[in-house]
Amino acid sequence: MSEPVIRVEDLHKSYDAVKALRGVSFEVNAGEVFGLLGPNGAGKTSTIEILEGLRAQDRGKVTVAGLDPQTAGPEFKQEVGAVLQSTALPEKLRVGEALSLFANFYRRHHDTEALLKRFQLEEKRNAFYSQLSGGQKQRLALALALVNDPVVVFLDEPTAGLDPQVRREIYDIIEELKSDKKTILLTTHYIEEAEKLCDRVAIVDKGKIIAEGTPRELKQRSGNTTRIEVRLSQAPKDGVLKTLDGVTDAREFDGVYVLHSSRPPQTIVSLVKHLESVGSDLQSLEMFSPSLEDVFIELTGRRLRE
Amino acid sequence: MSNTWSLTKIRIRLALRNKAFIFFGVAMPLAFLFFFVLVFGRGASERVAYVLGSILTLTVMGSFWGLSVQLVMFREQGILRRFRLTPVSAGALLASSIFANYVLVFPAILIEILICRVAFHMTTWGNPLYVFLLVTIGAATFSAFGLIVASVTNTMQETQVINNLIWSAFLFLSGATVPLAVFPHWIQRVALFSPATYLATGLEGAMTHTSSLHEVITDVIALAVGLIVSFEISRQLFRWEPEAKAASRAKLWVVVAMIPFLLFGIYENVYSDRLSNIQQGFNSVFSGSGPSQHEGPN
Repeated sequence: MSEPVIRVEDLHKSYDAVKALRGVSFEVNAGEVFGLLGPNGAGKTSTIEILEGLRAQDRGKVTVAGLDPQTAGPEFKQEVGAVLQSTALPEKLRVGEALSLFANFYRRHHDTEALLKRFQLEEKRNAFYSQLSGGQKQRLALALALVNDPVVVFLDEPTAGLDPQVRREIYDIIEELKSDKKTILLTTHYIEEAEKLCDRVAIVDKGKIIAEGTPRELKQRSGNTTRIEVRLSQAPKDGVLKTLDGVTDAREFDGVYVLHSSRPPQTIVSLVKHLESVGSDLQSLEMFSPSLEDVFIELTGRRLRE
Repeated sequence: MSNTWSLTKIRIRLALRNKAFIFFGVAMPLAFLFFFVLVFGRGASERVAYVLGSILTLTVMGSFWGLSVQLVMFREQGILRRFRLTPVSAGALLASSIFANYVLVFPAILIEILICRVAFHMTTWGNPLYVFLLVTIGAATFSAFGLIVASVTNTMQETQVINNLIWSAFLFLSGATVPLAVFPHWIQRVALFSPATYLATGLEGAMTHTSSLHEVITDVIALAVGLIVSFEISRQLFRWEPEAKAASRAKLWVVVAMIPFLLFGIYENVYSDRLSNIQQGFNSVFSGSGPSQHEGPN
């Protein structure tokens, strides 16, 4: 088997008293899309920025395409492309100029016209950066990240804050990169993004990787239970929801009761009967197939968006 | 080098699209030119040439203000951070700022000289070689001063405060606004420690043919040493990241950048007759007390 393209060993990073990373280790193989999934403040951005060479680790070892991001200098930057959590360019820089400028920085680069076409920015080539919509800015950020035909692509929350339509467009672009066999490391706090795009996912929480595997493996680990989320007119007594038929786990998050059930129909019948007996009403009920959110809840007792 | 060139071209385009640059870099010096010539020139060609020397100094020194503000803005907005992901070095980025500024200063300088020739009947071109040398090295040096300020300040507010302090000293302790010759002698001696003095007296002398080659060479050397020291300090202190803060003691590097001028100031105060030459040059233009000892070709 070939050497991993990204190798991270026992990574530690602190900001004053805050320990952002506490021994993160993982490997990403060539052509793989690897996701770091976790809530805000979990340590995803610190990890990816160390790999991009933007930050230095306190302890631990990282290599990207066989190079140390901290010491390899311009050679390293020739081999990687990155989309930052928030990309900024001069307001009066035109789209076409930005692509040409960045292309000039690299020994190996794509044809900028082809990139404009691929990212649907042809009509915006003469527009100023300040005139672009959020989705267009993100498409330009992706085009700039790929202008040097990088070996490794880092995407830090590539769809954060974008509307669903634009998010789907970005997914399509990442799917294309995946079929081009690019090695991609992406961070996200969107479950669907990790499940849809990633070959393997590491769930990160409080500076540590708490689970790692393919989305399917991770979901199987949580027992393939169905998540049922209900709102009730009255708070139930402690522990009573766990006694319902088929329920393997029950927790409360801000007034929403989240039940994991191995037999959903029986659980719902059992719940309705219980509510009738105590005079409470069911205000809403939603069912979800097993997802990485369930794995996160099971491992941390919290929801990803908390 | 190709990265520097690519960035230089873009920086020039961005500046030309920036209304503030057009206002502060071209329109305002022209407004000062009209005002100063109408008040102090009064139709005499030598006086117009002298005033033009001051205006050229203001135009060249303007690089200082613009570059520091732009660099801090780019850092605060996270623009530098994006460039950090590319193979572009801090040196290339800073050098492109200086080159772009130099290219942008020259048209303004030419416009000012042409206006004086055509509209204000200035009969001399000054000494074109001296003017060229001083504008070239002055634009680069004052750009580098701006880069140092950007490197040692953490916020735009801080940048503006330090800019105001340094700019005021440059303006009033150099002869760029009020001729140095009219100040008390002790202030003139203090002014010899200011980099702006070398540019202002150099350009005023170059325009009125009252500078000797030796003085111009001293001016150019002083500014060149300042440029090299300032560029290297700003390169070393350069920060790409908005949250990377400069330590308070980093501001002392501004003082370090002034060390060459401290040494030149001591030299000029002890060994040179620059102040008497400045006085003679001023008198020859404004009092009609005869040509200076360094009269040059017309």
